[in-house]
Amino acid sequence: MGIFRRGRLSVILQKIFGKKHAKIGIYGPPNVGKTTLANRILRDWTGDIMGSVSEIPHETRRAKWKKDVRVENGSSSLLMDIVDTPGISTKVDFKEFMNTWGLTKEEAKKRAKEATEGVIESIKWLEDIDGVLLVMDATQDPFTQVNVTILGNLEARNLPVLIAANKIDMEDSSPATLKSAFPQHPVVPISALTGYNSDTLYSTMIKHFGKKRKKKWR
Amino acid sequence: MTKKDLGIAFNLVSRQKINGLNSEEKLNFILKEVKNGKILVLEQGLTPMEQTSLIERTMKEIEHDTFIGVEMEGYSEDSSSFLQKLFGKVKRPRMTLIGPANLLKMIKKDNDMIQTKIIPGSGAE
Repeated sequence: MGIFRRGRLSVILQKIFGKKHAKIGIYGPPNVGKTTLANRILRDWTGDIMGSVSEIPHETRRAKWKKDVRVENGSSSLLMDIVDTPGISTKVDFKEFMNTWGLTKEEAKKRAKEATEGVIESIKWLEDIDGVLLVMDATQDPFTQVNVTILGNLEARNLPVLIAANKIDMEDSSPATLKSAFPQHPVVPISALTGYNSDTLYSTMIKHFGKKRKKKWR
Repeated sequence: MTKKDLGIAFNLVSRQKINGLNSEEKLNFILKEVKNGKILVLEQGLTPMEQTSLIERTMKEIEHDTFIGVEMEGYSEDSSSFLQKLFGKVKRPRMTLIGPANLLKMIKKDNDMIQTKIIPGSGAE
Protein backbone atom coordinates (compact mmCIF):
# COMPACT_ATOMS: atom_id res chain seq x y z
CA MET A 1 0.00 0.00 0.00
CA GLY A 2 2.87 2.29 0.91
CA ILE A 3 4.03 2.86 -2.65
CA PHE A 4 0.63 4.23 -3.66
CA ARG A 5 0.83 7.16 -1.28
CA ARG A 6 0.59 10.35 -3.32
CA GLY A 7 4.11 11.73 -2.78
CA ARG A 8 5.81 8.39 -3.22
CA LEU A 9 3.90 7.60 -6.39
CA SER A 10 4.79 10.91 -7.98
CA VAL A 11 8.47 10.33 -7.20
CA ILE A 12 8.31 6.90 -8.85
CA LEU A 13 6.51 8.29 -11.90
CA GLN A 14 9.05 11.09 -12.18
CA LYS A 15 11.89 8.55 -12.04
CA ILE A 16 10.30 6.57 -14.84
CA PHE A 17 9.05 9.33 -17.09
CA GLY A 18 11.36 12.24 -16.29
CA LYS A 19 10.79 15.66 -14.82
CA LYS A 20 7.39 17.35 -14.81
CA HIS A 21 8.35 20.40 -12.80
CA ALA A 22 11.64 22.22 -13.28
CA LYS A 23 13.20 25.47 -12.12
CA ILE A 24 14.65 27.08 -15.23
CA GLY A 25 17.04 30.03 -15.12
CA ILE A 26 17.27 32.46 -18.02
CA TYR A 27 20.94 33.39 -18.20
CA GLY A 28 23.30 35.33 -20.43
CA PRO A 29 25.38 38.48 -20.76
CA PRO A 30 23.68 41.89 -20.44
CA ASN A 31 21.53 43.12 -23.33
CA VAL A 32 20.97 39.82 -25.11
CA GLY A 33 17.20 39.88 -24.50
CA LYS A 34 16.73 37.73 -21.39
CA THR A 35 13.85 39.74 -19.97
CA THR A 36 12.29 40.15 -23.42
CA LEU A 37 12.31 36.35 -23.68
CA ALA A 38 10.97 35.91 -20.13
CA ASN A 39 8.18 38.34 -20.99
CA ARG A 40 7.46 36.43 -24.20
CA ILE A 41 7.19 33.10 -22.35
CA LEU A 42 5.00 34.53 -19.60
CA ARG A 43 2.78 36.44 -22.02
CA ASP A 44 2.26 33.29 -24.10
CA TRP A 45 1.50 31.00 -21.16
CA THR A 46 0.22 33.13 -18.29
CA GLY A 47 -0.75 36.47 -19.84
CA ASP A 48 1.64 38.19 -17.44
CA ILE A 49 5.07 39.80 -17.91
CA MET A 50 8.32 39.48 -15.95
CA GLY A 51 9.82 42.98 -16.00
CA SER A 52 10.85 46.09 -17.87
CA VAL A 53 13.32 46.06 -20.75
CA SER A 54 15.75 48.72 -21.88
CA GLU A 55 18.56 49.32 -24.34
CA ILE A 56 20.75 50.36 -21.44
CA PRO A 57 22.72 47.36 -20.16
CA HIS A 58 21.94 45.90 -16.73
CA GLU A 59 18.27 46.89 -16.76
CA THR A 60 17.48 43.75 -14.73
CA ARG A 61 19.51 44.06 -11.55
CA ARG A 62 17.57 41.71 -9.29
CA ALA A 63 16.47 38.20 -10.20
CA LYS A 64 12.74 37.85 -10.78
CA TRP A 65 10.80 34.64 -10.93
CA LYS A 66 7.42 33.33 -11.77
CA LYS A 67 6.20 30.03 -10.36
CA ASP A 68 4.15 27.32 -12.01
CA VAL A 69 4.33 28.32 -15.66
CA ARG A 70 2.92 25.44 -17.68
CA VAL A 71 4.28 25.18 -21.21
CA GLU A 72 2.46 22.76 -23.49
CA ASN A 73 3.08 21.14 -26.82
CA GLY A 74 0.46 18.70 -28.03
CA SER A 75 0.08 16.00 -25.40
CA SER A 76 3.30 16.85 -23.54
CA SER A 77 3.82 19.66 -21.10
CA LEU A 78 6.26 20.90 -18.48
CA LEU A 79 5.52 22.93 -15.38
CA MET A 80 8.31 25.42 -14.75
CA ASP A 81 9.41 28.06 -12.33
CA ILE A 82 11.05 30.66 -14.58
CA VAL A 83 13.88 32.74 -13.11
CA ASP A 84 14.95 35.83 -15.05
CA THR A 85 18.49 36.60 -13.90
CA PRO A 86 20.55 39.80 -14.18
CA GLY A 87 23.14 39.76 -16.98
CA ILE A 88 26.50 38.29 -16.08
CA SER A 89 29.62 40.25 -16.97
CA THR A 90 33.22 40.41 -15.84
CA LYS A 91 33.23 44.21 -15.64
CA VAL A 92 30.91 47.09 -14.83
CA ASP A 93 32.02 50.61 -15.66
CA PHE A 94 29.76 53.42 -14.47
CA LYS A 95 31.36 55.77 -17.01
CA GLU A 96 29.82 53.71 -19.83
CA PHE A 97 26.35 54.50 -18.46
CA MET A 98 27.24 58.19 -18.48
CA ASN A 99 29.09 58.44 -21.79
CA THR A 100 27.03 56.05 -23.88
CA TRP A 101 23.61 56.30 -22.28
CA GLY A 102 23.55 59.81 -20.86
CA LEU A 103 22.93 58.92 -17.22
CA THR A 104 24.02 61.39 -14.56
CA LYS A 105 27.07 60.46 -12.50
CA GLU A 106 24.90 59.64 -9.53
CA GLU A 107 22.49 57.48 -11.57
CA ALA A 108 25.39 55.75 -13.30
CA LYS A 109 27.16 54.89 -10.05
CA LYS A 110 23.94 53.59 -8.52
CA ARG A 111 23.20 51.47 -11.58
CA ALA A 112 26.77 50.12 -11.63
CA LYS A 113 26.64 49.21 -7.94
CA GLU A 114 23.30 47.43 -8.36
CA ALA A 115 24.60 45.70 -11.49
CA THR A 116 27.54 44.18 -9.58
CA GLU A 117 25.11 42.90 -6.93
CA GLY A 118 22.92 41.50 -9.71
CA VAL A 119 25.80 39.51 -11.21
CA ILE A 120 26.51 37.99 -7.79
CA GLU A 121 22.84 37.10 -7.37
CA SER A 122 22.75 35.42 -10.80
CA ILE A 123 25.76 33.29 -9.90
CA LYS A 124 24.19 32.28 -6.60
CA TRP A 125 21.03 31.14 -8.39
CA LEU A 126 23.11 28.57 -10.31
CA GLU A 127 23.08 26.46 -7.14
CA ASP A 128 19.32 26.27 -7.16
CA ILE A 129 18.15 25.59 -10.69
CA ASP A 130 17.42 22.48 -12.74
CA GLY A 131 18.23 23.83 -16.18
CA VAL A 132 19.30 26.93 -18.07
CA LEU A 133 17.96 28.76 -21.04
CA LEU A 134 21.13 30.51 -22.13
CA VAL A 135 20.32 33.53 -24.25
CA MET A 136 22.91 34.66 -26.77
CA ASP A 137 22.80 37.55 -29.18
CA ALA A 138 22.93 36.01 -32.67
CA THR A 139 24.38 39.25 -34.07
CA GLN A 140 27.43 39.07 -31.79
CA ASP A 141 30.58 36.96 -31.43
CA PRO A 142 29.45 33.82 -29.59
CA PHE A 143 32.78 33.07 -27.91
CA THR A 144 32.49 35.68 -25.17
CA GLN A 145 34.07 34.65 -21.90
CA VAL A 146 30.73 34.95 -20.12
CA ASN A 147 29.14 32.43 -22.52
CA VAL A 148 32.13 30.10 -22.23
CA THR A 149 32.21 30.38 -18.42
CA ILE A 150 28.48 29.83 -17.95
CA LEU A 151 28.49 26.83 -20.28
CA GLY A 152 31.55 25.32 -18.59
CA ASN A 153 29.95 25.81 -15.18
CA LEU A 154 26.68 24.17 -16.24
CA GLU A 155 28.47 21.28 -17.94
CA ALA A 156 30.46 20.69 -14.73
CA ARG A 157 27.16 20.54 -12.81
CA ASN A 158 25.60 18.34 -15.50
CA LEU A 159 22.69 20.77 -15.84
CA PRO A 160 20.78 20.81 -19.13
CA VAL A 161 21.36 23.90 -21.28
CA LEU A 162 19.31 25.13 -24.15
CA ILE A 163 20.78 28.00 -26.15
CA ALA A 164 18.33 30.57 -27.47
CA ALA A 165 20.02 32.34 -30.39
CA ASN A 166 18.11 35.58 -30.03
CA LYS A 167 17.63 38.63 -32.26
CA ILE A 168 17.37 36.68 -35.52
CA ASP A 169 14.95 39.34 -36.72
CA MET A 170 18.04 41.53 -37.17
CA GLU A 171 19.74 41.58 -40.54
CA ASP A 172 23.25 40.80 -39.31
CA SER A 173 22.27 37.82 -37.16
CA SER A 174 23.95 34.50 -37.71
CA PRO A 175 22.38 31.66 -35.70
CA ALA A 176 24.45 29.17 -37.74
CA THR A 177 27.60 30.62 -36.15
CA LEU A 178 26.16 29.90 -32.71
CA LYS A 179 25.22 26.38 -33.71
CA SER A 180 28.70 25.62 -34.96
CA ALA A 181 30.29 27.27 -31.91
CA PHE A 182 28.43 25.11 -29.38
CA PRO A 183 27.54 21.86 -31.16
CA GLN A 184 27.21 19.96 -27.87
CA HIS A 185 24.01 21.86 -26.92
CA PRO A 186 20.68 22.37 -28.67
CA VAL A 187 20.46 25.82 -30.27
CA VAL A 188 17.09 27.33 -31.20
CA PRO A 189 17.10 30.52 -33.30
CA ILE A 190 14.41 32.88 -32.04
CA SER A 191 13.27 36.45 -31.93
CA ALA A 192 12.00 37.11 -28.41
CA LEU A 193 10.82 40.49 -29.67
CA THR A 194 8.61 39.24 -32.50
CA GLY A 195 7.92 35.75 -31.17
CA TYR A 196 9.45 34.13 -34.25
CA ASN A 197 10.09 30.39 -33.74
CA SER A 198 8.81 30.40 -30.16
CA ASP A 199 6.82 27.21 -30.81
CA THR A 200 10.05 25.37 -31.61
CA LEU A 201 11.62 26.85 -28.48
CA TYR A 202 8.74 25.62 -26.29
CA SER A 203 8.73 22.10 -27.71
CA THR A 204 12.54 21.90 -27.30
CA MET A 205 12.25 23.18 -23.71
CA ILE A 206 9.70 20.49 -22.83
CA LYS A 207 11.81 17.77 -24.43
CA HIS A 208 15.18 18.95 -23.09
CA PHE A 209 14.29 20.11 -19.58
CA GLY A 210 11.82 17.28 -19.02
CA LYS A 211 14.52 14.59 -19.26
CA LYS A 212 15.64 12.99 -16.05
CA ARG A 213 19.25 13.64 -15.15
CA LYS A 214 21.61 13.14 -12.26
CA LYS A 215 22.65 16.51 -10.89
CA LYS A 216 26.28 16.81 -9.84
CA TRP A 217 26.73 18.51 -6.51
CA ARG A 218 29.81 20.68 -6.07
CA MET B 1 58.63 60.08 -16.72
CA THR B 2 55.91 58.62 -14.58
CA LYS B 3 55.71 55.02 -13.52
CA LYS B 4 52.82 54.41 -15.91
CA ASP B 5 54.84 55.59 -18.88
CA LEU B 6 57.40 52.88 -18.32
CA GLY B 7 55.27 50.12 -19.74
CA ILE B 8 52.78 47.46 -18.96
CA ALA B 9 53.56 44.37 -16.92
CA PHE B 10 52.75 41.21 -18.80
CA ASN B 11 53.41 38.14 -16.70
CA LEU B 12 53.45 34.53 -17.83
CA VAL B 13 52.41 32.34 -14.95
CA SER B 14 53.57 28.74 -15.14
CA ARG B 15 51.38 25.69 -14.79
CA GLN B 16 53.45 24.68 -11.72
CA LYS B 17 52.71 27.97 -9.96
CA ILE B 18 48.97 27.64 -10.59
CA ASN B 19 48.87 23.96 -9.67
CA GLY B 20 50.56 24.73 -6.38
CA LEU B 21 47.66 26.92 -5.26
CA ASN B 22 44.20 25.94 -4.13
CA SER B 23 41.21 27.67 -5.73
CA GLU B 24 40.99 30.40 -3.08
CA GLU B 25 44.71 31.12 -3.34
CA LYS B 26 44.52 31.26 -7.15
CA LEU B 27 41.75 33.85 -7.04
CA ASN B 28 43.56 35.90 -4.41
CA PHE B 29 46.75 35.84 -6.48
CA ILE B 30 45.01 36.77 -9.74
CA LEU B 31 42.92 39.56 -8.27
CA LYS B 32 45.86 41.06 -6.42
CA GLU B 33 47.98 41.16 -9.57
CA VAL B 34 45.20 42.41 -11.83
CA LYS B 35 44.16 45.12 -9.38
CA ASN B 36 47.77 46.25 -9.52
CA GLY B 37 47.40 46.74 -13.28
CA LYS B 38 49.18 43.59 -14.41
CA ILE B 39 48.16 41.37 -17.30
CA LEU B 40 48.57 37.67 -16.62
CA VAL B 41 48.91 34.82 -19.06
CA LEU B 42 48.14 31.64 -17.17
CA GLU B 43 49.78 28.64 -18.80
CA GLN B 44 46.95 26.60 -17.35
CA GLY B 45 43.74 28.51 -16.81
CA LEU B 46 40.96 28.22 -14.30
CA THR B 47 38.24 25.61 -14.16
CA PRO B 48 34.73 26.87 -15.04
CA MET B 49 33.85 26.83 -11.32
CA GLU B 50 36.93 28.92 -10.54
CA GLN B 51 36.10 31.30 -13.39
CA THR B 52 32.62 31.77 -11.96
CA SER B 53 34.08 32.42 -8.51
CA LEU B 54 36.50 34.92 -10.04
CA ILE B 55 33.59 36.83 -11.60
CA GLU B 56 31.77 36.81 -8.25
CA ARG B 57 34.86 37.99 -6.36
CA THR B 58 35.54 40.65 -9.00
CA MET B 59 32.03 42.06 -8.62
CA LYS B 60 32.55 42.35 -4.87
CA GLU B 61 35.80 44.26 -5.37
CA ILE B 62 34.74 46.71 -8.07
CA GLU B 63 35.39 50.31 -7.09
CA HIS B 64 34.08 52.95 -9.45
CA ASP B 65 37.24 55.00 -9.87
CA THR B 66 39.99 52.43 -9.46
CA PHE B 67 38.85 48.96 -10.53
CA ILE B 68 36.05 48.30 -13.03
CA GLY B 69 36.57 44.56 -13.34
CA VAL B 70 38.56 42.07 -15.35
CA GLU B 71 38.94 41.03 -18.94
CA MET B 72 39.38 37.28 -19.06
CA GLU B 73 39.76 35.28 -22.23
CA GLY B 74 40.56 31.64 -22.70
CA TYR B 75 39.23 28.49 -24.23
CA SER B 76 37.04 25.93 -22.61
CA GLU B 77 38.56 22.77 -21.27
CA ASP B 78 40.02 20.18 -23.60
CA SER B 79 37.40 17.60 -24.26
CA SER B 80 38.16 14.15 -22.95
CA SER B 81 38.40 11.12 -25.16
CA PHE B 82 36.31 8.05 -24.45
CA LEU B 83 39.26 6.31 -22.77
CA GLN B 84 40.08 9.39 -20.67
CA LYS B 85 36.46 9.53 -19.49
CA LEU B 86 36.53 5.79 -18.77
CA PHE B 87 39.57 6.15 -16.53
CA GLY B 88 38.30 9.31 -14.89
CA LYS B 89 41.03 11.55 -16.28
CA VAL B 90 40.39 15.14 -15.26
CA LYS B 91 39.99 17.72 -18.02
CA ARG B 92 42.57 20.50 -17.84
CA PRO B 93 41.72 24.16 -18.34
CA ARG B 94 43.66 25.76 -21.17
CA MET B 95 45.79 28.90 -21.42
CA THR B 96 43.96 32.02 -20.23
CA LEU B 97 44.63 35.73 -20.42
CA ILE B 98 43.44 37.89 -17.53
CA GLY B 99 43.92 41.61 -17.02
CA PRO B 100 42.25 44.76 -15.74
CA ALA B 101 39.23 45.69 -17.86
CA ASN B 102 40.37 49.30 -18.22
CA LEU B 103 43.63 48.12 -19.79
CA LEU B 104 42.89 44.96 -21.73
CA LYS B 105 40.17 44.73 -24.37
CA MET B 106 39.12 41.69 -26.32
CA ILE B 107 38.83 42.41 -30.03
CA LYS B 108 37.95 39.07 -31.54
CA LYS B 109 37.85 35.49 -30.45
CA ASP B 110 37.23 32.38 -32.46
CA ASN B 111 38.19 28.72 -32.32
CA ASP B 112 41.78 29.43 -33.34
CA MET B 113 42.77 32.81 -32.01
CA ILE B 114 42.06 35.39 -29.31
CA GLN B 115 42.89 38.92 -30.39
CA THR B 116 43.22 41.52 -27.67
CA LYS B 117 44.27 45.11 -27.49
CA ILE B 118 46.18 46.76 -24.67
CA ILE B 119 45.23 50.33 -23.90
CA PRO B 120 48.38 52.02 -22.60
CA GLY B 121 48.40 54.52 -19.80
CA SER B 122 46.87 52.64 -16.92
CA GLY B 123 49.04 49.62 -16.33
CA ALA B 124 51.65 48.72 -13.78
CA GLU B 125 55.37 48.78 -14.18
